[in-house]
Amino acid sequence: MSAEIAGLCLTAARDAMAGGDLSAAELTDAHIAQAKAAKDLNAIICENFEQARVGAAASDARRKAGEAGALDGIPLVVKDCYCTKGVPSTAGSHVLDGFVPPYESTVTANLWRAGAVLLGKANMDEFAMGSANLNPHTGPVTNPWQRANDPAKLVPGGSSGGSAAAIAAHVGLGATGTDTGGSIRQPASFCGIVGIKPTYGRCSRLGIIAFASSLDQAGPLARNVRDGAILLGAMAGFDPKDSTSVDRPVPDYEAALSGDIKGMKIGIPKEYRADGMAREIDALWQRGAAWLRDAGAEPVEVSLPHTEFALPTYYIIAPAECSSNLARYDGVKYGLRVAGDNLQEMYEYTRAEGFGAEVRRRILIGTYVLSAGYYDAYYLKAQRVRALIADDFRKAFEQVDLLLTPTAPSPAFGIDEEPDDPVAMYLNDVFTVPASLAGLPAVSVPAGLSGDGLPLGLQLIGRPFDEETMLRAAGVLEEAAAFGAVPALRVGAS
Amino acid sequence: MSLDKATVLHIAKLARIALRDDEVEPLAGELSGILAFVEQLDRVNTDDVEPMTSVVEMELRRRADEVTDGGQAEAALANAPERADSFFIVPKVIE
Repeated sequence: MSAEIAGLCLTAARDAMAGGDLSAAELTDAHIAQAKAAKDLNAIICENFEQARVGAAASDARRKAGEAGALDGIPLVVKDCYCTKGVPSTAGSHVLDGFVPPYESTVTANLWRAGAVLLGKANMDEFAMGSANLNPHTGPVTNPWQRANDPAKLVPGGSSGGSAAAIAAHVGLGATGTDTGGSIRQPASFCGIVGIKPTYGRCSRLGIIAFASSLDQAGPLARNVRDGAILLGAMAGFDPKDSTSVDRPVPDYEAALSGDIKGMKIGIPKEYRADGMAREIDALWQRGAAWLRDAGAEPVEVSLPHTEFALPTYYIIAPAECSSNLARYDGVKYGLRVAGDNLQEMYEYTRAEGFGAEVRRRILIGTYVLSAGYYDAYYLKAQRVRALIADDFRKAFEQVDLLLTPTAPSPAFGIDEEPDDPVAMYLNDVFTVPASLAGLPAVSVPAGLSGDGLPLGLQLIGRPFDEETMLRAAGVLEEAAAFGAVPALRVGAS
Repeated sequence: MSLDKATVLHIAKLARIALRDDEVEPLAGELSGILAFVEQLDRVNTDDVEPMTSVVEMELRRRADEVTDGGQAEAALANAPERADSFFIVPKVIE
């Protein structure tokens, strides 16, 4: 019974509560049971069950009083890099051990104002740097999906891998993620769910522990496109406390899902057909284009000539901004402190012990490319190439309404198959990074299974602040794909 | 560009991250690999290209120069590893 309730999607649970067929207390209890049953996945690193029950009871009281909000009583999972007042928030890092924020991030405050309930905080790659959730400090997250007839544990992708694994396992009705170079979309693809990265500026960054400020953007992970649209509508909005937040009204994203894409032009960027693309990825991509054509849209080949330079550009800009943002972890104001004989040593020992290997590499690369004598050659050069990449998209969107690409170059890989070479891991983001550099909205929709039975996503990229068109087409893709497969490790799955 | 051990130690100093002796050489290899990867950008002609400074086209907002927040020393200090009264405590800096 409990798994059955947890099996309702956000839209269905919302409608059941509105119709009086389900209480918020029953719903939250079902998700707590589901979270406990799925504990081995290690998707949740901070449980908030007692407070969630209190919140659910308050929600039922609000509904009784006729004051229910858009997400009232909906239990959600929040990525651990969102500051949640009074609930530990560590961004998966040892350096933030014990940090309990004295304030709430704007995005989560918006969700609680709409009535949602915090179920727990999600595991993640340390400071959102990674594509696999192989975090030595918090432990790896296990993807609920497994290859057919193979018990090997797989990664959920990253960095919002805890969020994605939770949603795929029916723990929570939706989750927040953050996406800097693909950290919502790639785990959504690996876990067979929907992940939305809105336009840069659409959601406030206030209270989200920063990685790379010109790229970081909040967004939802959800079981389906409609759930994602509802969540995005509640998360988005202008925030005067974030200087890059954009003052535009938030449209009704759910109402945008009309299913009508007749006459829409869908760009197929030819440069994404990289050498060595797996045949099943290419086949899925072509199938996606065919589905959109069958629904009345017109696929058109377009060119984004600077695509091959997106990853190297990203791996200058993101580490540079990371080295600057992470300078604040010094053992003085919060989190870990490791003693030294003097102030310098205290800084150096605290940061040496507090940061994991990948974070440390990125801080060092970022420090190098920003250092005297190298700033022009690396950082400024990357910002120039970034302008060219953004311009490629601008030109493409003069011809087409949306772009269709695969989300990731492969399905989920094994926890034991981590590449030794950091650069090999970076290639996971080859299809997601370009839209991040240009600040564009993008969504991953589960569209099919690999030969060995793992989910594969397709990505739609939209014009700035035109999430509505993007979500409308995503809804059409979702319906055509009719993705109904069930992950092996989901409790209550049948 | 390939980074030598001295350069790695120099940037680690700038970044205030202590490195053990046995960590320096592997890091030099990893960082050099990443630099070799990003140096692909040398192939792009950017002679007449302005660097991107704003992701979304927007004017930087201004606001009235008024105090809107503050007076929360207790909240700001609540997570301090070491404090006294309303101060953060650090190892002695001035003899």
